[in-house]
Formats: sequence, structure tokens, C-alpha cells
Amino acid sequence: MQMPEPNAAILARKAEIVRGLQRLLPTDAVIHAPEEVRAYECDALTAYRCPPLAVVLPTSTAQVSAILAYCHGEGVKVVPRGAGTSLAGGSLPTADAVLLGVARMNRVLETDYENRLIRVETGRTNLSVTAAVEEDGFFYAPDPSSQLACAIAGNIAMNSGGAHCLKYGVTTNNLLGVTMVLMDGTVIELGGGHLDSGGLDLLGVVCGSEGQLGVVTEATLRIIAKPEGARPVLLGFSSNEVAGACVSDIIRAGVLPVAIEFMDRPCIEACEAFAKAGYPDVEALLIIEVEGSEAEIEDGLARIVAIAERHSPDVIRESRSAEESALIWKGRKSAFGAMGQIADYICLDGTIPVSELPLVLRRIGELTASYGLRVANVFHAGDGNMHPLILYNANAPGDLDKAEALGADILKLCVEVGGCLTGEHGVGVEKRDLMEVQYGPADLEAQLRVKDVFDPGWLLNPAKVFPLAVSAPRRAA
Amino acid sequence: MSAGLLPESEAELAEMVRAAGAAGKGLAIRGGGTRGIGRAIEGTPLSLGGLAGITLYEPGALTLVARAGTPVEEIEAVLAAEGQRLPFEPWDGRAMAGANGVPTVGGLAATNASGPRRIEVGAARDSMIGVRFVDGTGAVVRNGGRVMKNVTGLDLVKLLAGSHGTLGILTEVAFKVLPASMETASLVFDGHDLETAGHAMRAALATPYGVSGAAHGGGRTWLRIEGFPASVAHRTKALGSALARFGSGRVEPGPGDWAAIRDVTAFAGRQGALWRISVRPSDGPGVAARLAPAEVMLDWAGGLVWALAPETMDVRAALGVPGHATLMRASEAAKTAWGVFHPEPGPVAALSAGLRARFDPQGILNPGLMAAPAKVAA
Repeated sequence: MQMPEPNAAILARKAEIVRGLQRLLPTDAVIHAPEEVRAYECDALTAYRCPPLAVVLPTSTAQVSAILAYCHGEGVKVVPRGAGTSLAGGSLPTADAVLLGVARMNRVLETDYENRLIRVETGRTNLSVTAAVEEDGFFYAPDPSSQLACAIAGNIAMNSGGAHCLKYGVTTNNLLGVTMVLMDGTVIELGGGHLDSGGLDLLGVVCGSEGQLGVVTEATLRIIAKPEGARPVLLGFSSNEVAGACVSDIIRAGVLPVAIEFMDRPCIEACEAFAKAGYPDVEALLIIEVEGSEAEIEDGLARIVAIAERHSPDVIRESRSAEESALIWKGRKSAFGAMGQIADYICLDGTIPVSELPLVLRRIGELTASYGLRVANVFHAGDGNMHPLILYNANAPGDLDKAEALGADILKLCVEVGGCLTGEHGVGVEKRDLMEVQYGPADLEAQLRVKDVFDPGWLLNPAKVFPLAVSAPRRAA
Repeated sequence: MSAGLLPESEAELAEMVRAAGAAGKGLAIRGGGTRGIGRAIEGTPLSLGGLAGITLYEPGALTLVARAGTPVEEIEAVLAAEGQRLPFEPWDGRAMAGANGVPTVGGLAATNASGPRRIEVGAARDSMIGVRFVDGTGAVVRNGGRVMKNVTGLDLVKLLAGSHGTLGILTEVAFKVLPASMETASLVFDGHDLETAGHAMRAALATPYGVSGAAHGGGRTWLRIEGFPASVAHRTKALGSALARFGSGRVEPGPGDWAAIRDVTAFAGRQGALWRISVRPSDGPGVAARLAPAEVMLDWAGGLVWALAPETMDVRAALGVPGHATLMRASEAAKTAWGVFHPEPGPVAALSAGLRARFDPQGILNPGLMAAPAKVAA
């Protein structure tokens, strides 16, 4: 992974820049000792590391504004960071950048059940947003797998999804407003407790902008009344193709489950060994969850089972209790941990049209074999968001390169069949150089222009999202 | 004014835009011409009627892609045949605007036209998953795609939704669609004042019963439940119990009054300025009261206030709460005086202006349509 040469003049001014930041913030909010900034050298894309020039941990929007105004004036790049759980390297620092972490900004500012919203500082974790309202019967719907750790700031930056967004949508569909600081320190408000924009939908382009446009410090989020209940059914099939066809039929039949999760044999075996969830010995497994009253759940599951039976499943296991539900979900939810026990892995998240599922799974198998690697598939099947996990050995020379090459081939395949490079993780540095597979020059130029408007100096997270050669003239200007 | 332009292909449209740019001539972009939002535009009329047709529909993937000039009715019919629909319930502006045309996909997307179900499933922009458009330089741009989860690059789909043609001319839009509901019922209350109706609607949305419409007007309050038959019966009953303190509502099976609520037919053909105001739902009743003598209707549990006000009334000054007000129908003089779109704070207005300058450097796409009010501009 190529990153731009750090600006030597900035590196040489480190002591002065640190002093400048210390004038704006309490002593403990500026981290600059080499051994301490190392803690921020990477996010969850651990294959790439680079300690930043310094780290700042502000506690208010005013402090964020002061930091950005200062860095803007000094021509210092800034890399924003939520909880550092990005799988795409969205908060990977560069040596000449100040890393701005919002983790200390985690207060709940307002809960308003009448208007079904909560306003939080964006360092707050995803799960703790729901925790703040669940006693009163509400929840925040987007539920990325990392929800225990990941911050709302990162969720907004990456427009995060989760297992339950087939019904409830992703972050952008649940984000009502933000307080955001522009690179020059200007604080703006977009949206709020009301719906939609009176002018251009700037909130819509800010969500998912990967820290390219500003630092979001506060967010107004939609909360929803918790359903009366929810129960999954587990279905086992003798082939990926049949499981894929079953997914399509369920959706077509007018049933909209809250989640349809898909696991293939390598993933089932690893999860079973790890979590002992009692998963059956099958080629492909679906976990489908429906919500509502007890009668509605019965009705929904009956419809799904009736459709599934037309595909001759090897196993139908309907949950009858909270314990059984937890067990069915336990294996799926530990998938990434289970894989981590077996090998190092790269987690892709290309999205494909659901109809192409069987073809794509077959092609992934062929590609994987040709590279002599192993891939396990676990993903949100209802919306076509795949998560092939490419297993490799970080200690074997050349293995990472091989795994990355296979990853690129799989993502190209996703685009080829009408899909995209990333469904919920973001581009970051990981998929930056593949952007031209999906978008032509005019498509990228239109996106670059938006950054030009929000961050004319290209100081915010500048080496991400766009291929380096494409952004080079702007970064150099 | 020269004759209208009617491109037959995206390439031809791009050529027309380049020619207009070279000549410094504005383009007045038209879908079906059924909504009439915005100031009158100086420019050559350009219709997207020649770019029509559904290009892809996969019911099993909940995905439909259509060219901008495709009639919304055509899409709704094709979806209905598969038991699906556009989730956001696009409103039909013909009654309100007194127009005869045919609403199109491009117009729907460019105005982010959402109806009562917006509170449950989001706006048009939330169902839009991909666009193609021609920007003001004549470049053809793609963003998003045809899959419902896509975070590849910046989301220009949302930016184009509701941009009223001022950033680019949409040529194709991809939607995430949803299953249509097999059954609909409404719980209807009569005689509540604005405050009480507001409380009832907000209480309804705080239940887990999936209320997909909450509106109030003319002393009547409507709450809508949709889904599978057994489920609708269960939830309607449960909702009635949860709202018992507001009296016993009556259950009306079937689609009921929702099309009229969606299209604000109560204010069709009436004198005065028609405003569409978006506020926090709990602020809706107060806003409505402050706008007296304007006639009002509440949708979105109070979060959407339709107000029929005297043209001389400074509606925005009377709001008194955060939100925005769009002047949907009024005389050209009133539109010029008040501005059709809500004025933005300085830094936000600067970003919007910056985006317009980048996407339409010659200022030829619906010039002035989203311009600031005369008073502010002066």
C-alpha cells in the first residue's frame, strides 16, 4: 500500500506544532511522545501502520474547531478517528498528520422519545446509544458487528450498516442531523430534529464521506420503538446455489425479514468449532429473523419455512425460545473471532445483486483455488452485501500480497456483475486504488469537486478514498 | 424563446448542455411539469420525455432502475404487478399545482417527493441507490449503482435528490423498492384540537406497531397500519388500546383518505400561499397555531405542516423553531419576495453555492430556481 511521502517541512516543525496544539488544549489531550503516538498507528486494518505526528483528544466542538483552525493555518494535515475499528484503514495516520480522536466526546446531549431521536457526541459507541434508550423501549437500528467498540463518528464517516439494515436501513437512513467542523474551523449544523433538507442535502453527502469533508462532533439519530419480539429460523442447504435461490424467493414473496444472514461451509465449521452453537453439517446455512408480536412472528416464520421447503433444505430449525435464538445467533456473531483463531484474514465487503449470488460464490471458489488460498463466506444475503474472509498467514512471506491480489479479483468480480466495491466498510486506503474499477474519470471528478468545496486545501484525511494518482494534483496544489 | 429541447439519448442531452454552456443560455429542465416548485426560470425548455423506460427490474433483489422521463404511474403499475411498491409514497403534485402533466421519475427524484410513509421508511432519497446525470459542463456522471448497500466513494445520490436540477440533469435513477402491504387500516379520531392530535400521533409512533402514517386536518386524526392481514388486525387493535386515553378511534379498513392526505387535495385550487414546513413533530402544533389565520394540515405526526397562508404573511418569521419552510405554490411576486427555499445560514449557503459553482460553472441548470429571496439577495 503506497502512501504519499510525508511533508519533510512539517516533520521538522513537530515540536512547534505540538506547542501550538498544547496552547489550545489541556496537557493530557495532546499526545506526542513517539512511544505514545504508536498506540494510534493503525485501526482494524492492522496490516498497515504509521505513527502520526501527534494525537489530539478534544472534549468539545469548540476544541475541535480550534484544532482544525490551527492546523488549517499551519498547513498541517488532519486524520479524524472515531474508535479506530475501521477495516478499510479509514483512520490510518500519515507521519505528517495530526490524528484527531473524538473518543472523549461521548456524552448523550438529549433524548427525546416524543420525537424519536437522540442527540449524542460522536465519540459515543454504537451500542451505548441503544443502551441509553433501551430501558424506555427504544433502540438505534444500525448494528455493525463492531457495535460494542465502534463510534458513531466512524459510523457516520463510513455510512455503516449491519445485520438488521434490510428492514431499518443503514446509518444515512437513521441520521437526522450533525454538528460538523470544517477544516478551517467553521462549525456548521446540518439537519436536526426535523426531516429532510430545505436546500441541497448536504447531510446526505457528509454521511459516508470518510472524514473527507469535516469532523462530525455531534449527531442527531433516529431511535425506534423496540419490536414486541423477534425470533430466527436456521435453514441448512446442500449447496450455496440453493440457499441463494431461497433468499431471492423469500424477498420476492413479500416477506421482509429484519435479517437474512448467509454462511458457507468453511465459515460454518470454523464458527461451530469456536462457538459450539450446534450448527448442522451442511454446505450453506441461512439465519433469518422476523419481528413483531408472537402471532406475527409465527406467521412470518411459517411463510419463510413454506418457501424454504420448496428448496428441500437439509435442516429447518425454528427458534422456540430466547435461549435457542441466542444460540443460533451466537455462531454468526462470533464468525470474525472464530476466523481470527484459525488464521490471519482480510475481510472484504463488496455488494452484489442478490440474483448473482450463486454465480459469484462459485467464481470466488474458483478464484480462491487458483491462488491456493482459503476463503470463508459470511454475509448479509438479503441486501447482497458479501463478506468473503480471505485466510492467509501473515508470517509467510508473500502471503499477504497474494491474499490482497485475490481480494482485488473478488471485488472486481463484484463490480463486473453489477455490484460495488464496498457495502458498509468504506473505501479508506484498502480499496482506494480499485476505485477506477467502479468509477470512470468523470464520476471521480464529480466526487473530487465536493471535497474541493468542503476542504479546498485537501488537508483532511487526504490520502484516502481516491487513487493517489487521481488526487495528486489537488493534494499538491 | 427558442423551441424546447427533447433529447433522445444521454449523449444527445450532454451535447445540448455543452451547447447551452457555450452560448451562455439557461436551460429550464422539465420532468412532467406537475409540481411547479421554484421561481420561473429564464431558459430554453428542456424535457426529459425522450429518455423514458424501465431499464432493469429485479423483484427478487428489490431493485428497479428507470430513465428520468419514465412516468411514475408506469413504475407503480409494474411494481404492483409483482406485489411491490416505491416505499416512500411519492406525492402527486397535480392537484396542488393545478397541473395536467404526467409525473416522472426524474421530477420525483429531483424534488425528493415523499408522502406520509416517509416517517416509517424514509424519503425518496433514502430509497434512491443510484443515479446517472449530466452536469453543467456536459459530463455524464454515475454515482451509486443498483445494489442497496453501497458506500463506495462520496454519496452524490443523496446530493442530487432534492437538488431540483441545479447540480445536474438526472437521466436515470435506481431505487430500492419494498413489498407492498397486503392490507391497510386506519385508526381515525374526530374532534381533537391540534395539541391533542399532536400528542396522539407522537404517542402512536412511540409504539412498536409500525404506524406508517400519522396525519391531522379539519378536526380529524388518521393513523395508518399496513402489512399482512392478521398482523394489521393485531396491531390496529393494540394501537387502539395504547391510545385509549385519546378516546376510542374507529377502524377504517382499506386505503382510506391517504391519497388525499398525501396530495394535500384540501388545499387544491385555493387562493393564498401554500407552504410546506418541516419541524420537529412536537413543534408542529405550536407552529400551526402561530400561523393563524392560515389553514393548516399536519402530516408526519406533526413534523410536516402544510399551511395555506395569506401571501403577505412572513411564514418563516412566525415559525419560531428550527426547521425549514418551502413556498410550494404562490404568485410569482410572492415567490420572489419570500424566496421559495428556506434561507441557509452563511457557511452552509457558501457550501451550497460552492457545489453549484463546481457542478454548474456557467449557471445554466435551472438558473435561479433555488436562489435566495429578493430581500436577502439585495
